[in-house]
Amino acid sequence: MADEEEIILSELSDEELILQMHDDLYDGLKEEIEEGVNILLERGWEPYRILTEALVAGMKIVGDDFRDGILFVPEVLMSANAMKAGMAILKPLLAETGAPKVGKMVIGTVKGDIHDIGKNLVAMMMEGAGFEVVDIGINNPVENYIEALEREKADILGMSALLTTTMPYMKVVIDTLKEKGMRDDYIILVGGAPLNEEFGRAIGADAYCRDAAVAVQTAKDFIARKHNKMQAG
Amino acid sequence: MTDPLSRLLETRDWLLADGATGTNLFNMGLTAGDAPELWNTDKPDNIRKLYRSAVEAGSDIFLTNTFGANASRLKLHDAQARTRELNRVGAELAREVADAAGRDVIVAGSIGPTGEIMAPMGTLTHEIAVEIFHEQAEGLKEGGVDVLWVETISAAEEYAAAAEACARAGMPWCGTMSFDTAGRTMMGVTAAQMVSLVDRLSHPPVAFGANCGVGASDLLRTVLGFVTAGAERPIIAKGNAGIPKYHDGHIHYDGTPELMAEYAVLARDAGARIIGGCCGTTPDHLAAMRKALEERPRGERPTLELIAEKMGGYSSASDGSGEAGPARERRGRRRG
Repeated sequence: MADEEEIILSELSDEELILQMHDDLYDGLKEEIEEGVNILLERGWEPYRILTEALVAGMKIVGDDFRDGILFVPEVLMSANAMKAGMAILKPLLAETGAPKVGKMVIGTVKGDIHDIGKNLVAMMMEGAGFEVVDIGINNPVENYIEALEREKADILGMSALLTTTMPYMKVVIDTLKEKGMRDDYIILVGGAPLNEEFGRAIGADAYCRDAAVAVQTAKDFIARKHNKMQAG
Repeated sequence: MTDPLSRLLETRDWLLADGATGTNLFNMGLTAGDAPELWNTDKPDNIRKLYRSAVEAGSDIFLTNTFGANASRLKLHDAQARTRELNRVGAELAREVADAAGRDVIVAGSIGPTGEIMAPMGTLTHEIAVEIFHEQAEGLKEGGVDVLWVETISAAEEYAAAAEACARAGMPWCGTMSFDTAGRTMMGVTAAQMVSLVDRLSHPPVAFGANCGVGASDLLRTVLGFVTAGAERPIIAKGNAGIPKYHDGHIHYDGTPELMAEYAVLARDAGARIIGGCCGTTPDHLAAMRKALEERPRGERPTLELIAEKMGGYSSASDGSGEAGPARERRGRRRG
């Protein structure tokens, strides 16, 4: 509102700036996020710290409120857009500094299915959570998934379907991975309007994710478990 | 303006719409990923059969097999150049079946969403959305539909664009949205917001309402939401036949004909004037719904508790209407 005091990002303390950036992500303010990222870089913050404390933590709030029915797709798209703008600045710097990687996901809609709004949303929210996402688009036969998983050395496979007639194809993909002895190399998450938990279990996925926010949380949990296992083993 | 649907609504307390298109076509051998609309020209006998099955089960209104026949969706099958033709033929086949029914049957020209997200979040502008819908509307009009029927819409902007396209085609229309996310549409529209959206349109629909979504309980809650918001136009309830279940490599919806008959009666008692099914609804379901609507006396408006008792629980705590939901505490407002 015009009569309220204007916020000058560069005058805020680090702590205040981070909180303000969370709000700005929530409001989908792209330019403000870019400005905030640049200020933190000037103040000597590590790119990885900016990613996690400002962007990922901010998107977590967006994700939680999406999950709880407080925010809806339009707002989330605006937030993801702002997040992306911040990421664009950080990406080359993260690569240079060899920052730890959260995980990599290959995602696509299954063969016969051409719907992609839900899948795109998951991809954006996963990127928002710091994952690297390789989106292989719509109408993917099993070969596409396998080729992308191998090429990208991915950790996670995400499959999406909007139609009751295409969702059984997810099982074809999982069965093929099993035949090739590759099933256990990946965390397999499935989602889409007509799916449910029972279906996810029946086809042998690791989890069914009700929405994009749940997908992010589930992916994080599985990755953490995988890391624990590696340390223990 | 009197159109055939408005006239029929004047003489009847409720009208039975049709059931699923996809589900029934898949039962005839349509394979996943194929555009069902291509069957309008490739397998017209199957489409006639689909239409006839709804009419024979007692539908007063049935929808044309043109849900995805807009340029934006057909493009995915490289058939965008055939938009007008596929709509016209889908409508002509329907006209033929309706005219042979021996009673008043309304042909409704189905128009589904573009599948694109509208600006500013997405790339689809209002002007282009209107053009896309208008092209489809003209094809349906040419094929002889009585009314246009916009369905499964999520965004208020897309609904408004469809309304404008119907006006441009000079056609009466009906329009339903899909409330599938915590009681709202995917884009966050509540039942109450839809009522006010409909009232603000310069070319308002003959009837409006909800289709598809989650389960029958949620859909009935949305109907109650329309009524509570003071809706004066006829309300449409077109819910799915239960929830899809995966069984031995196939999908089937768990709603029985008996359950859908119960749903139809509850929808009528809740205030819906046009009642039908959506995904999973077969002619058997429709026949059971018709029978129940004819035989069972009108009851009182059901409460949310009664609906849950008869149809099962809801997918979310509330439908998001009325009181503002939980909001997040914010820091100072932004320069703006």
